Amino acid sequence: MFEVILTSSIQVVVVIVVVLTGCAWATWLERKVLGHMQQRIGPSYTGPYGLLQPVADGLKLIFKEDIVPDSVERLTYTLGPMLSFVPALLTFAVIPYSRDFSLFGLEFKGVISDLNIGILWIFAVTSLGVYGLVLAGWSSGSKYSLLGGIRSSAQMISYEVSYGLSIVGVIVIAGTLSMTELVAKQASDSIWFFENWYLWRNPIGFLLYLTCAIAETNRTPFDLPEAESELVAGYHTEYSSMRFALFFIGEYANMLAVACVATTLFFGGWNGPAFLSFVPPVIWFLIKVFVFMFCYVWLRATFPRFRYDQLMRFGWLVLLPLAILNAMVTGLVVLWLG
Amino acid sequence: MKDLLRALTNVFWRMPPAFWVTMKHMFKKPVTLDYPRKKAAMAPRYRGRHYLERYDDGTERCVCCGLCAAACPADAIYMEPEENEKGERQARVYEINLLRCIFCGFCEEACPEEAIFLGREYEFSDNNRNSFIYSKEQMLVPHPRKPNPFKRIIRRVRRTYGVPEQNS
Repeated sequence: MFEVILTSSIQVVVVIVVVLTGCAWATWLERKVLGHMQQRIGPSYTGPYGLLQPVADGLKLIFKEDIVPDSVERLTYTLGPMLSFVPALLTFAVIPYSRDFSLFGLEFKGVISDLNIGILWIFAVTSLGVYGLVLAGWSSGSKYSLLGGIRSSAQMISYEVSYGLSIVGVIVIAGTLSMTELVAKQASDSIWFFENWYLWRNPIGFLLYLTCAIAETNRTPFDLPEAESELVAGYHTEYSSMRFALFFIGEYANMLAVACVATTLFFGGWNGPAFLSFVPPVIWFLIKVFVFMFCYVWLRATFPRFRYDQLMRFGWLVLLPLAILNAMVTGLVVLWLG
Repeated sequence: MKDLLRALTNVFWRMPPAFWVTMKHMFKKPVTLDYPRKKAAMAPRYRGRHYLERYDDGTERCVCCGLCAAACPADAIYMEPEENEKGERQARVYEINLLRCIFCGFCEEACPEEAIFLGREYEFSDNNRNSFIYSKEQMLVPHPRKPNPFKRIIRRVRRTYGVPEQNS
Protein backbone atom coordinates (compact mmCIF):
# COMPACT_ATOMS: atom_id res chain seq x y z
CA MET A 1 0.00 0.00 0.00
CA PHE A 2 2.72 2.38 1.03
CA GLU A 3 4.62 1.71 -2.16
CA VAL A 4 1.57 2.47 -4.31
CA ILE A 5 1.07 5.79 -2.55
CA LEU A 6 4.75 6.60 -2.91
CA THR A 7 4.97 5.76 -6.60
CA SER A 8 1.80 7.59 -7.50
CA SER A 9 2.82 10.69 -5.55
CA ILE A 10 6.13 10.73 -7.38
CA GLN A 11 4.29 10.36 -10.66
CA VAL A 12 1.88 13.17 -9.82
CA VAL A 13 4.71 15.54 -9.00
CA VAL A 14 6.72 14.61 -12.09
CA VAL A 15 3.73 14.86 -14.41
CA ILE A 16 2.66 18.25 -13.03
CA VAL A 17 6.18 19.62 -13.33
CA VAL A 18 6.53 18.29 -16.86
CA VAL A 19 3.13 19.65 -17.89
CA LEU A 20 3.79 23.10 -16.46
CA THR A 21 7.23 23.38 -18.03
CA GLY A 22 5.68 22.04 -21.21
CA CYS A 23 3.13 24.85 -21.08
CA ALA A 24 5.87 27.41 -20.52
CA TRP A 25 7.89 26.25 -23.48
CA ALA A 26 4.76 25.85 -25.58
CA THR A 27 4.47 29.64 -25.40
CA TRP A 28 8.04 29.88 -26.65
CA LEU A 29 7.30 27.42 -29.45
CA GLU A 30 4.22 29.36 -30.42
CA ARG A 31 5.95 32.73 -30.53
CA LYS A 32 8.98 31.41 -32.36
CA VAL A 33 7.11 29.38 -34.98
CA LEU A 34 4.50 32.07 -35.46
CA GLY A 35 7.27 34.60 -35.87
CA HIS A 36 9.06 32.62 -38.53
CA MET A 37 5.84 31.84 -40.37
CA GLN A 38 5.25 35.59 -40.56
CA GLN A 39 8.90 36.03 -41.56
CA ARG A 40 9.80 37.70 -38.29
CA ILE A 41 12.50 36.55 -35.91
CA GLY A 42 10.47 35.97 -32.76
CA PRO A 43 11.98 36.03 -29.27
CA SER A 44 15.75 36.05 -29.56
CA TYR A 45 17.17 38.03 -26.64
CA THR A 46 16.80 35.73 -23.65
CA GLY A 47 19.22 32.90 -24.07
CA PRO A 48 20.03 31.03 -27.29
CA TYR A 49 17.11 31.32 -29.72
CA GLY A 50 15.20 33.11 -26.97
CA LEU A 51 14.81 29.82 -25.13
CA LEU A 52 14.71 31.48 -21.71
CA GLN A 53 11.79 33.70 -22.72
CA PRO A 54 9.25 31.69 -20.64
CA VAL A 55 11.43 32.21 -17.54
CA ALA A 56 11.52 35.95 -18.15
CA ASP A 57 7.77 36.01 -18.77
CA GLY A 58 7.11 34.06 -15.59
CA LEU A 59 9.27 36.37 -13.48
CA LYS A 60 7.58 39.40 -14.98
CA LEU A 61 4.11 38.04 -14.24
CA ILE A 62 4.98 37.11 -10.67
CA PHE A 63 6.36 40.55 -9.85
CA LYS A 64 3.55 42.47 -11.52
CA GLU A 65 0.99 44.27 -9.41
CA ASP A 66 -2.19 42.29 -8.87
CA ILE A 67 -4.84 44.81 -9.89
CA VAL A 68 -8.41 44.02 -8.82
CA PRO A 69 -10.98 46.49 -10.18
CA ASP A 70 -13.60 47.86 -7.78
CA SER A 71 -16.53 46.56 -9.78
CA VAL A 72 -15.65 42.87 -9.52
CA GLU A 73 -17.54 40.18 -7.67
CA ARG A 74 -14.68 39.09 -5.38
CA LEU A 75 -15.37 35.41 -4.82
CA THR A 76 -16.09 34.41 -8.40
CA TYR A 77 -13.39 36.72 -9.68
CA THR A 78 -10.88 34.70 -7.66
CA LEU A 79 -12.46 31.38 -8.57
CA GLY A 80 -12.39 32.04 -12.33
CA PRO A 81 -8.68 31.47 -13.02
CA MET A 82 -8.54 28.48 -10.69
CA LEU A 83 -11.52 26.84 -12.36
CA SER A 84 -9.97 27.17 -15.77
CA PHE A 85 -6.57 25.98 -14.58
CA VAL A 86 -7.34 22.98 -12.36
CA PRO A 87 -9.51 20.94 -14.80
CA ALA A 88 -6.82 21.29 -17.42
CA LEU A 89 -4.33 19.68 -15.05
CA LEU A 90 -6.77 17.00 -13.88
CA THR A 91 -6.94 15.62 -17.41
CA PHE A 92 -3.37 14.40 -17.20
CA ALA A 93 -4.26 11.96 -14.41
CA VAL A 94 -5.56 9.36 -16.83
CA ILE A 95 -3.26 9.82 -19.80
CA PRO A 96 -0.91 6.86 -20.25
CA TYR A 97 2.54 8.05 -21.19
CA SER A 98 4.55 4.84 -20.98
CA ARG A 99 4.32 1.12 -20.40
CA ASP A 100 4.76 -0.04 -16.80
CA PHE A 101 8.36 0.35 -15.75
CA SER A 102 10.56 -0.02 -12.68
CA LEU A 103 12.94 2.65 -11.49
CA PHE A 104 15.11 2.70 -8.32
CA GLY A 105 13.56 -0.57 -7.23
CA LEU A 106 10.02 0.83 -7.40
CA GLU A 107 7.34 -0.45 -9.73
CA PHE A 108 5.69 2.38 -11.66
CA LYS A 109 2.61 2.22 -13.79
CA GLY A 110 2.63 4.09 -17.09
CA VAL A 111 -0.27 6.27 -15.99
CA ILE A 112 -1.13 8.03 -12.75
CA SER A 113 -4.58 6.53 -12.42
CA ASP A 114 -5.74 3.71 -14.67
CA LEU A 115 -9.46 4.51 -14.63
CA ASN A 116 -11.58 2.07 -16.60
CA ILE A 117 -13.62 5.06 -17.83
CA GLY A 118 -10.59 7.25 -18.53
CA ILE A 119 -11.91 8.93 -21.63
CA LEU A 120 -15.20 9.79 -19.93
CA TRP A 121 -13.26 11.33 -17.06
CA ILE A 122 -11.37 13.53 -19.49
CA PHE A 123 -14.52 14.77 -21.17
CA ALA A 124 -16.26 15.36 -17.86
CA VAL A 125 -13.38 17.34 -16.45
CA THR A 126 -12.60 19.45 -19.50
CA SER A 127 -16.25 20.48 -19.67
CA LEU A 128 -15.79 22.06 -16.24
CA GLY A 129 -13.24 24.43 -17.72
CA VAL A 130 -16.00 26.52 -19.27
CA TYR A 131 -17.17 27.55 -15.80
CA GLY A 132 -13.87 29.30 -15.21
CA LEU A 133 -14.25 31.41 -18.32
CA VAL A 134 -17.93 32.21 -17.76
CA LEU A 135 -17.45 33.14 -14.12
CA ALA A 136 -14.42 35.24 -14.93
CA GLY A 137 -16.30 37.04 -17.67
CA TRP A 138 -19.36 37.62 -15.55
CA SER A 139 -17.65 38.68 -12.33
CA SER A 140 -15.22 41.13 -13.90
CA GLY A 141 -17.90 43.80 -14.25
CA SER A 142 -16.72 44.82 -17.67
CA LYS A 143 -18.59 44.64 -20.95
CA TYR A 144 -15.69 43.07 -22.84
CA SER A 145 -15.25 40.37 -20.23
CA LEU A 146 -18.96 39.67 -20.16
CA LEU A 147 -19.15 39.36 -23.93
CA GLY A 148 -16.11 37.09 -23.91
CA GLY A 149 -17.64 34.93 -21.20
CA ILE A 150 -20.96 34.64 -23.02
CA ARG A 151 -19.26 33.79 -26.27
CA SER A 152 -17.08 31.15 -24.65
CA SER A 153 -20.04 29.49 -22.95
CA ALA A 154 -22.10 29.43 -26.15
CA GLN A 155 -19.18 28.21 -28.20
CA MET A 156 -18.01 25.54 -25.80
CA ILE A 157 -21.48 24.16 -25.23
CA SER A 158 -22.16 24.01 -28.97
CA TYR A 159 -18.90 22.29 -29.76
CA GLU A 160 -19.02 20.03 -26.73
CA VAL A 161 -21.77 18.00 -28.46
CA SER A 162 -19.75 17.20 -31.56
CA TYR A 163 -16.62 16.87 -29.41
CA GLY A 164 -18.20 14.07 -27.44
CA LEU A 165 -19.68 12.42 -30.52
CA SER A 166 -16.43 12.57 -32.48
CA ILE A 167 -14.73 9.97 -30.28
CA VAL A 168 -17.68 7.59 -30.25
CA GLY A 169 -16.34 5.97 -33.43
CA VAL A 170 -13.04 5.06 -31.80
CA ILE A 171 -14.70 3.83 -28.65
CA VAL A 172 -17.07 1.63 -30.64
CA ILE A 173 -14.17 0.14 -32.59
CA ALA A 174 -12.04 -0.42 -29.50
CA GLY A 175 -14.90 -1.51 -27.26
CA THR A 176 -13.36 0.11 -24.21
CA LEU A 177 -13.28 3.44 -22.37
CA SER A 178 -9.96 2.81 -20.65
CA MET A 179 -7.06 4.85 -21.95
CA THR A 180 -4.46 2.16 -21.28
CA GLU A 181 -6.48 -0.45 -23.16
CA LEU A 182 -6.98 1.96 -26.06
CA VAL A 183 -3.21 2.31 -26.31
CA ALA A 184 -2.61 -1.42 -25.95
CA LYS A 185 -5.02 -2.15 -28.80
CA GLN A 186 -3.08 0.08 -31.15
CA ALA A 187 0.23 -1.71 -30.62
CA SER A 188 1.84 -3.51 -33.52
CA ASP A 189 4.97 -5.63 -33.83
CA SER A 190 5.31 -5.33 -37.58
CA ILE A 191 7.60 -2.92 -39.37
CA TRP A 192 4.46 -0.90 -40.20
CA PHE A 193 4.19 0.17 -36.58
CA PHE A 194 1.37 2.57 -37.38
CA GLU A 195 -0.90 -0.01 -39.01
CA ASN A 196 -3.19 -0.34 -35.99
CA TRP A 197 -3.60 3.35 -35.26
CA TYR A 198 -7.25 4.31 -35.01
CA LEU A 199 -6.48 7.23 -37.29
CA TRP A 200 -6.75 4.82 -40.27
CA ARG A 201 -9.94 3.20 -39.07
CA ASN A 202 -11.73 6.43 -38.27
CA PRO A 203 -10.16 9.35 -40.14
CA ILE A 204 -13.36 11.43 -40.17
CA GLY A 205 -13.58 11.00 -36.41
CA PHE A 206 -10.04 12.31 -36.12
CA LEU A 207 -10.73 15.42 -38.20
CA LEU A 208 -13.88 16.08 -36.20
CA TYR A 209 -12.04 15.60 -32.94
CA LEU A 210 -9.29 17.96 -34.02
CA THR A 211 -11.71 20.69 -35.10
CA CYS A 212 -13.84 20.48 -31.98
CA ALA A 213 -10.78 20.31 -29.75
CA ILE A 214 -9.44 23.52 -31.23
CA ALA A 215 -12.80 25.16 -30.62
CA GLU A 216 -12.90 23.76 -27.07
CA THR A 217 -9.50 25.20 -26.22
CA ASN A 218 -10.46 28.59 -27.70
CA ARG A 219 -7.68 28.71 -30.22
CA THR A 220 -7.56 30.43 -33.59
CA PRO A 221 -9.62 30.19 -35.80
CA PHE A 222 -12.15 29.64 -33.01
CA ASP A 223 -10.72 32.15 -30.53
CA LEU A 224 -13.81 34.34 -30.39
CA PRO A 225 -13.97 34.48 -26.58
CA GLU A 226 -10.72 36.42 -26.53
CA ALA A 227 -10.90 38.07 -29.94
CA GLU A 228 -8.31 40.82 -29.53
CA SER A 229 -9.62 43.01 -32.29
CA GLU A 230 -13.14 43.16 -30.85
CA LEU A 231 -13.03 42.39 -27.12
CA VAL A 232 -9.60 43.62 -25.97
CA ALA A 233 -8.84 40.23 -24.39
CA GLY A 234 -12.29 38.76 -23.76
CA TYR A 235 -12.92 37.12 -20.42
CA HIS A 236 -9.47 37.90 -18.98
CA THR A 237 -9.48 41.61 -19.80
CA GLU A 238 -9.66 42.64 -16.13
CA TYR A 239 -7.09 40.16 -14.87
CA SER A 240 -3.47 40.92 -14.25
CA SER A 241 -0.37 39.34 -12.75
CA MET A 242 -0.56 35.67 -11.75
CA ARG A 243 -4.35 35.52 -12.12
CA PHE A 244 -3.88 36.25 -15.78
CA ALA A 245 -1.00 33.79 -15.88
CA LEU A 246 -3.30 31.07 -14.54
CA PHE A 247 -5.66 31.60 -17.48
CA PHE A 248 -2.73 31.47 -19.80
CA ILE A 249 -1.27 28.30 -18.30
CA GLY A 250 -4.77 26.82 -18.28
CA GLU A 251 -5.15 27.47 -21.98
CA TYR A 252 -1.82 25.90 -22.82
CA ALA A 253 -2.41 22.99 -20.45
CA ASN A 254 -5.70 22.42 -22.25
CA MET A 255 -3.90 22.41 -25.56
CA LEU A 256 -1.41 19.89 -24.21
CA ALA A 257 -4.23 17.76 -22.81
CA VAL A 258 -6.03 17.77 -26.14
CA ALA A 259 -2.81 16.84 -27.90
CA CYS A 260 -2.24 14.00 -25.43
CA VAL A 261 -5.78 12.68 -25.86
CA ALA A 262 -5.50 12.85 -29.65
CA THR A 263 -2.19 10.98 -29.46
CA THR A 264 -3.71 8.32 -27.24
CA LEU A 265 -6.93 7.89 -29.20
CA PHE A 266 -5.71 8.15 -32.78
CA PHE A 267 -1.92 7.87 -32.91
CA GLY A 268 -1.17 4.83 -30.80
CA GLY A 269 -0.19 6.64 -27.59
CA TRP A 270 3.29 5.69 -26.45
CA ASN A 271 3.65 2.84 -28.97
CA GLY A 272 6.71 3.27 -31.12
CA PRO A 273 8.26 1.18 -33.89
CA ALA A 274 9.08 -2.30 -32.64
CA PHE A 275 12.56 -2.27 -34.20
CA LEU A 276 13.43 0.79 -32.08
CA SER A 277 12.31 -0.81 -28.83
CA PHE A 278 15.36 0.47 -26.92
CA VAL A 279 13.90 4.00 -27.06
CA PRO A 280 11.76 4.66 -23.96
CA PRO A 281 8.08 4.80 -24.94
CA VAL A 282 7.65 8.19 -23.31
CA ILE A 283 9.88 9.64 -26.03
CA TRP A 284 7.47 8.49 -28.73
CA PHE A 285 4.62 9.94 -26.74
CA LEU A 286 6.34 13.32 -26.42
CA ILE A 287 7.24 13.39 -30.12
CA LYS A 288 3.63 12.82 -31.11
CA VAL A 289 2.39 15.46 -28.68
CA PHE A 290 4.97 17.90 -30.00
CA VAL A 291 3.75 17.36 -33.55
CA PHE A 292 0.24 18.22 -32.40
CA MET A 293 1.37 21.35 -30.63
CA PHE A 294 3.19 22.40 -33.77
CA CYS A 295 0.04 21.86 -35.81
CA TYR A 296 -1.85 24.08 -33.38
CA VAL A 297 0.57 26.92 -34.02
CA TRP A 298 0.64 26.19 -37.71
CA LEU A 299 -3.13 26.43 -37.84
CA ARG A 300 -3.03 29.72 -35.96
CA ALA A 301 -0.54 31.14 -38.44
CA THR A 302 -2.65 30.02 -41.39
CA PHE A 303 -6.27 30.97 -40.74
CA PRO A 304 -8.12 34.09 -39.66
CA ARG A 305 -10.82 34.09 -36.99
CA PHE A 306 -14.37 32.97 -37.74
CA ARG A 307 -17.25 35.39 -37.59
CA TYR A 308 -19.65 34.50 -34.80
CA ASP A 309 -22.54 33.37 -37.02
CA GLN A 310 -20.13 31.36 -39.14
CA LEU A 311 -18.91 29.67 -35.98
CA MET A 312 -22.38 28.66 -34.86
CA ARG A 313 -23.45 27.60 -38.35
CA PHE A 314 -20.32 25.49 -38.71
CA GLY A 315 -20.79 23.89 -35.31
CA TRP A 316 -24.44 22.94 -35.64
CA LEU A 317 -24.91 22.43 -39.38
CA VAL A 318 -21.61 20.82 -40.34
CA LEU A 319 -19.84 19.29 -37.38
CA LEU A 320 -22.84 17.85 -35.58
CA PRO A 321 -24.40 16.03 -38.60
CA LEU A 322 -20.98 14.74 -39.59
CA ALA A 323 -20.29 13.53 -36.06
CA ILE A 324 -23.63 11.73 -35.82
CA LEU A 325 -23.16 10.22 -39.25
CA ASN A 326 -19.66 9.09 -38.35
CA ALA A 327 -20.80 7.50 -35.11
CA MET A 328 -23.71 5.75 -36.85
CA VAL A 329 -21.73 4.42 -39.80
CA THR A 330 -18.89 3.20 -37.59
CA GLY A 331 -21.37 1.53 -35.29
CA LEU A 332 -23.12 -0.23 -38.16
CA VAL A 333 -19.87 -1.38 -39.73
CA VAL A 334 -18.64 -2.75 -36.40
CA LEU A 335 -21.99 -4.44 -35.86
CA TRP A 336 -22.05 -6.18 -39.25
CA LEU A 337 -18.37 -6.87 -39.89
CA GLY A 338 -16.79 -7.06 -36.46
CA MET B 1 -26.40 20.08 -46.82
CA LYS B 2 -24.98 23.06 -48.69
CA ASP B 3 -22.96 24.03 -45.62
CA LEU B 4 -21.71 20.50 -45.25
CA LEU B 5 -20.50 20.26 -48.84
CA ARG B 6 -18.84 23.65 -48.64
CA ALA B 7 -17.07 22.75 -45.43
CA LEU B 8 -15.83 19.48 -46.91
CA THR B 9 -14.50 21.14 -50.07
CA ASN B 10 -12.79 23.70 -47.88
CA VAL B 11 -11.15 21.10 -45.70
CA PHE B 12 -9.93 18.84 -48.49
CA TRP B 13 -9.40 21.27 -51.34
CA ARG B 14 -8.77 24.82 -50.12
CA MET B 15 -7.07 24.36 -46.76
CA PRO B 16 -4.01 22.28 -47.78
CA PRO B 17 -2.61 25.01 -50.07
CA ALA B 18 -3.02 27.52 -47.23
CA PHE B 19 -1.01 25.29 -44.92
CA TRP B 20 1.60 24.93 -47.61
CA VAL B 21 1.92 28.72 -47.87
CA THR B 22 2.64 29.21 -44.16
CA MET B 23 5.05 26.28 -44.13
CA LYS B 24 6.90 27.73 -47.11
CA HIS B 25 7.23 31.08 -45.40
CA MET B 26 8.62 29.51 -42.27
CA PHE B 27 11.83 28.62 -44.09
CA LYS B 28 12.26 31.96 -45.81
CA LYS B 29 14.64 34.53 -44.46
CA PRO B 30 12.93 36.86 -41.98
CA VAL B 31 12.30 40.31 -43.41
CA THR B 32 12.70 41.99 -40.04
CA LEU B 33 16.06 42.95 -38.60
CA ASP B 34 17.45 41.90 -35.22
CA TYR B 35 17.74 45.66 -34.68
CA PRO B 36 20.06 46.71 -31.88
CA ARG B 37 22.37 43.84 -32.78
CA LYS B 38 22.23 44.28 -36.54
CA LYS B 39 21.69 47.56 -38.32
CA ALA B 40 20.32 48.20 -41.75
CA ALA B 41 22.76 49.49 -44.37
CA MET B 42 22.57 53.28 -44.55
CA ALA B 43 22.21 55.41 -47.64
CA PRO B 44 25.54 57.12 -48.46
CA ARG B 45 23.92 60.54 -48.21
CA TYR B 46 22.01 59.87 -45.01
CA ARG B 47 21.49 62.99 -42.86
CA GLY B 48 21.82 62.26 -39.16
CA ARG B 49 22.93 64.31 -36.17
CA HIS B 50 25.01 67.42 -36.89
CA TYR B 51 28.69 67.77 -36.15
CA LEU B 52 30.93 70.83 -36.26
CA GLU B 53 34.21 70.55 -38.15
CA ARG B 54 37.63 71.96 -37.16
CA TYR B 55 40.74 73.07 -39.02
CA ASP B 56 43.75 70.79 -38.79
CA ASP B 57 45.28 72.88 -36.01
CA GLY B 58 42.14 72.46 -33.93
CA THR B 59 40.47 75.86 -34.30
CA GLU B 60 36.80 75.76 -35.05
CA ARG B 61 35.73 76.45 -38.58
CA CYS B 62 32.48 78.04 -37.49
CA VAL B 63 32.65 81.85 -37.43
CA CYS B 64 29.14 82.31 -36.15
CA CYS B 65 27.91 84.14 -39.24
CA GLY B 66 24.32 83.06 -38.68
CA LEU B 67 23.66 81.89 -42.24
CA CYS B 68 22.71 78.39 -41.07
CA ALA B 69 20.25 79.84 -38.60
CA ALA B 70 18.81 81.99 -41.37
CA ALA B 71 18.53 79.04 -43.73
CA CYS B 72 16.97 76.78 -41.13
CA PRO B 73 13.29 76.28 -42.02
CA ALA B 74 12.54 74.87 -38.56
CA ASP B 75 14.27 77.70 -36.69
CA ALA B 76 16.23 75.17 -34.66
CA ILE B 77 19.63 76.90 -34.49
CA TYR B 78 20.59 79.52 -31.93
CA MET B 79 24.01 81.19 -31.69
CA GLU B 80 25.88 83.99 -29.95
CA PRO B 81 29.27 85.21 -31.24
CA GLU B 82 32.48 86.09 -29.38
CA GLU B 83 36.18 86.78 -30.13
CA ASN B 84 38.86 84.25 -29.30
CA GLU B 85 42.34 85.13 -28.00
CA LYS B 86 43.67 85.61 -31.54
CA GLY B 87 40.95 88.12 -32.31
CA GLU B 88 39.04 85.77 -34.54
CA ARG B 89 35.28 85.55 -34.48
CA GLN B 90 33.79 82.32 -33.21
CA ALA B 91 30.62 81.03 -31.55
CA ARG B 92 30.24 81.45 -27.80
CA VAL B 93 26.93 79.64 -27.82
CA TYR B 94 25.91 77.37 -30.63
CA GLU B 95 22.85 75.26 -29.98
CA ILE B 96 20.68 73.09 -32.18
CA ASN B 97 17.36 71.92 -30.91
CA LEU B 98 17.20 68.42 -32.36
CA LEU B 99 13.52 68.11 -31.60
CA ARG B 100 12.78 71.02 -33.92
CA CYS B 101 15.36 70.04 -36.52
CA ILE B 102 13.90 68.36 -39.59
CA PHE B 103 17.30 67.15 -40.84
CA CYS B 104 16.87 68.84 -44.21
CA GLY B 105 20.56 69.74 -44.55
CA PHE B 106 19.99 73.40 -45.52
CA CYS B 107 22.43 74.51 -42.78
CA GLU B 108 25.09 72.33 -44.36
CA GLU B 109 24.45 73.97 -47.75
CA ALA B 110 24.30 77.51 -46.36
CA CYS B 111 27.56 77.28 -44.42
CA PRO B 112 30.31 79.34 -46.17
CA GLU B 113 33.07 77.93 -43.93
CA GLU B 114 32.18 74.25 -44.39
CA ALA B 115 31.85 73.97 -40.65
CA ILE B 116 28.53 72.17 -40.10
CA PHE B 117 27.70 68.77 -41.51
CA LEU B 118 24.98 66.27 -40.95
CA GLY B 119 26.54 63.03 -39.74
CA ARG B 120 25.27 59.49 -39.63
CA GLU B 121 24.25 59.05 -36.03
CA TYR B 122 20.54 58.50 -35.55
CA GLU B 123 20.38 56.86 -32.13
CA PHE B 124 20.21 59.78 -29.74
CA SER B 125 16.96 59.19 -27.93
CA ASP B 126 16.56 60.46 -24.38
CA ASN B 127 13.99 60.81 -21.63
CA ASN B 128 14.42 64.55 -21.23
CA ARG B 129 13.43 67.22 -23.71
CA ASN B 130 16.19 69.56 -22.56
CA SER B 131 18.89 67.09 -23.40
CA PHE B 132 17.93 67.34 -27.06
CA ILE B 133 19.31 70.86 -27.22
CA TYR B 134 22.84 70.06 -28.32
CA SER B 135 25.58 72.52 -27.47
CA LYS B 136 28.69 73.33 -29.45
CA GLU B 137 30.83 71.08 -27.26
CA GLN B 138 28.62 68.10 -27.97
CA MET B 139 28.78 68.62 -31.70
CA LEU B 140 32.44 69.55 -32.24
CA VAL B 141 34.61 66.72 -33.54
CA PRO B 142 37.31 65.85 -30.97
CA HIS B 143 40.80 67.29 -31.39
CA PRO B 144 43.42 65.97 -31.59
CA ARG B 145 42.30 62.51 -32.56
CA LYS B 146 44.23 60.38 -30.10
CA PRO B 147 45.08 56.77 -30.90
CA ASN B 148 42.30 54.87 -29.23
CA PRO B 149 42.84 51.64 -27.28
CA PHE B 150 39.46 50.40 -28.46
CA LYS B 151 40.33 50.89 -32.09
CA ARG B 152 38.91 47.57 -33.21
CA ILE B 153 35.49 48.25 -31.71
CA ILE B 154 35.49 51.80 -33.01
CA ARG B 155 36.28 50.58 -36.50
CA ARG B 156 33.41 48.19 -36.35
CA VAL B 157 31.05 50.90 -35.17
CA ARG B 158 32.28 53.14 -37.97
CA ARG B 159 31.70 50.46 -40.56
CA THR B 160 28.05 50.44 -39.55
CA TYR B 161 27.54 54.14 -38.91
CA GLY B 162 30.08 55.71 -41.26
CA VAL B 163 32.39 58.39 -40.01
CA PRO B 164 32.79 62.13 -40.58
CA GLU B 165 35.60 62.62 -43.05
CA GLN B 166 38.46 64.88 -42.04
CA ASN B 167 38.76 67.40 -44.84
CA SER B 168 40.99 70.44 -44.48
